[in-house]
Amino acid sequence: MKVIFKTSYDNDIDLHEDWWDRGKMIALVAVMAVLPFVLGEYYLAEITNTLIWSLAGMGLMLLVGHTGQASLGHAAFLAIGAYTDAALMNIGVPWIVAFPLAGIAAGIFGAIVAIPAVRMSGIYLAIATLALFVIVEELIIVAEPITGGVGGIFAPSINIFGIDFDRYASLNNFYWLCLGVVVLVTWLYANLMRSSTGRSFLAVRDSEVSARALGINVTRTRSLAFGLSCAMTGLAGALMGHYITFFNYELFSIFISINLLLVVTIGGLGFIQGAFFGAILITAVPQLISILRDSMMSNLGIDLSMPGLDTLIFSGILIGFIIYEPTGLYGRWLKIRVWFELFPLARRDMFRRQKTYLKTERMK
Amino acid sequence: MELIQLVIGGIATGCIYGLVALGFVLIYKATEGVNFAQGDMMMLGAFIALGLVNSEYGALPFVPGVILAAVIMGGVGYGVDRLVVRQIFGQPQFALVILTIAMGFVFRFVAGSIWGFTPLVLETPFAGNTLHIGGIIIGYEDLTTIIVTALLTLSLWAFFQFTKLGLAAQAASQNQMAAYIVGVPVHRVNSIIWALSGAVSTIAGVLYASKGAIDPNIGLLGMKAFAAAVIGGFGSLPGALLGGILIGVVEPVAARYLPGGFSQMSPYIIMLVVLVTRPNGLFAQIYAKKV
Repeated sequence: MKVIFKTSYDNDIDLHEDWWDRGKMIALVAVMAVLPFVLGEYYLAEITNTLIWSLAGMGLMLLVGHTGQASLGHAAFLAIGAYTDAALMNIGVPWIVAFPLAGIAAGIFGAIVAIPAVRMSGIYLAIATLALFVIVEELIIVAEPITGGVGGIFAPSINIFGIDFDRYASLNNFYWLCLGVVVLVTWLYANLMRSSTGRSFLAVRDSEVSARALGINVTRTRSLAFGLSCAMTGLAGALMGHYITFFNYELFSIFISINLLLVVTIGGLGFIQGAFFGAILITAVPQLISILRDSMMSNLGIDLSMPGLDTLIFSGILIGFIIYEPTGLYGRWLKIRVWFELFPLARRDMFRRQKTYLKTERMK
Repeated sequence: MELIQLVIGGIATGCIYGLVALGFVLIYKATEGVNFAQGDMMMLGAFIALGLVNSEYGALPFVPGVILAAVIMGGVGYGVDRLVVRQIFGQPQFALVILTIAMGFVFRFVAGSIWGFTPLVLETPFAGNTLHIGGIIIGYEDLTTIIVTALLTLSLWAFFQFTKLGLAAQAASQNQMAAYIVGVPVHRVNSIIWALSGAVSTIAGVLYASKGAIDPNIGLLGMKAFAAAVIGGFGSLPGALLGGILIGVVEPVAARYLPGGFSQMSPYIIMLVVLVTRPNGLFAQIYAKKV
């Protein structure tokens, strides 16, 4: 076990403890970058999808995991991102302008919504975002000239300075583009969390009263978190639009919102890494189920093609995690790592949860 | 005349929203948690009643069949709380939100695999009968819905106001630990309230089924019931009912007199307006703490 001697505050809040830690991250990005040379097209497309989901998951993670606000309507912001990007590109705006604008549009919309929403807490916010989602969905259908209504809209292929980033014709480029966006956003997010703004998010999450006592403007902090979260989700939505290439309002159903919640809760609330863990799970499990289904069908003759089996398995996983491992996959990984680091000294009750009692929200 | 007809139909539909909302409010009042699976519990209740009453399944008489279904769903509600929800006792509300969303999917799967995904019709004694009052036509099912809802709301209100169990439930919701210390068996009270909520949602489901066909996806109606509960203020039983009726009336009227799309949005727009102007609902239960 290595002890790091910290000599300054900057040293204490460093993103990576030492060069070994930093090296691991660099190695991970490097491995991700060379994947197109190793993997086939099918797997590369799946990994691209996972990357887009982790970007959306990070958006929700900022809100749920780091600021302690619930949202059941994040699919609405995915939709706003996707439609803004596609609509702007359809009138001839280059991607490099349309993409940030999509994030900004979703972020501004989120911040406007946040102003009344942040006055509500817990359950009310969750329900308000749910209502918002339904309204956005209906608006998409009504605003046919921009969104293509029920028929849908086509997201043109990306072209930056003459280089083609089409999702089918040049998947490798599209993958690198997604990877670049995800790495950039992750880096910004990680740095945000060690700035005073990020700290104030955590303070608001842990105790609103003490945050206020420390001089944090809770309303402003929450609106900012909401806006940033929506912006990240909007960026993910824009990429998702390009990934799907032709979509209508049905792509952004209520189930997408719920899947996003699944990503953050199963992945591990309060950890950026959790968004990635969750995204891997949510994109890999349906594939595994279909592989399992095919092999059961061909080898044993058991027909598993029941409708809704996927959602049942997801629900089962979710219930299991909420009850037995509320810190999610990443939390479990941390515990396993600690067990190995301490090897003969780990104690069974080290991570036992404290007994908690719910206090009413009706008095505040 | 047309408007009155729309309003009466709306009130009957609104009563169903109100009943589902009552299920939410019951659980919220007692455990301070929100059960997002309420709509799916309604759906499951309706299907169990269908399974007991319809001639190709159980072929029981209507009223005993429905009562039996309510009892079964009460058991389901009790079991869900005892086996699943109690495991996360004391955790933040958000955990319960996700847990119940997941349980809703499980209910949907169960109903889908037993009764299939094609719409089915519940055989009711009052199907097709209508009452004519001066040019207005009221279906028996609408009349029954309104009467049953009024009775049920009244008795639930009396339950929370006057009975020992109802008061214990209120105490448990306001401060779990304090309630525990003064001798309220908080766990058991919660389970009983869940059972009650299951029974109420069964009745809502049966009334809904009497107005048309049901399939495992009708649980999405729960979202409108939410809007109803929020409009009424989450902890108020009469408020939930009134919120439900408001939504039920506004929807068909908006569909008739406003351009398309507004009808689907209207419940949520009303809800957002209420949340923004009176964040605690029209019948607020939230009080500022005086220090």
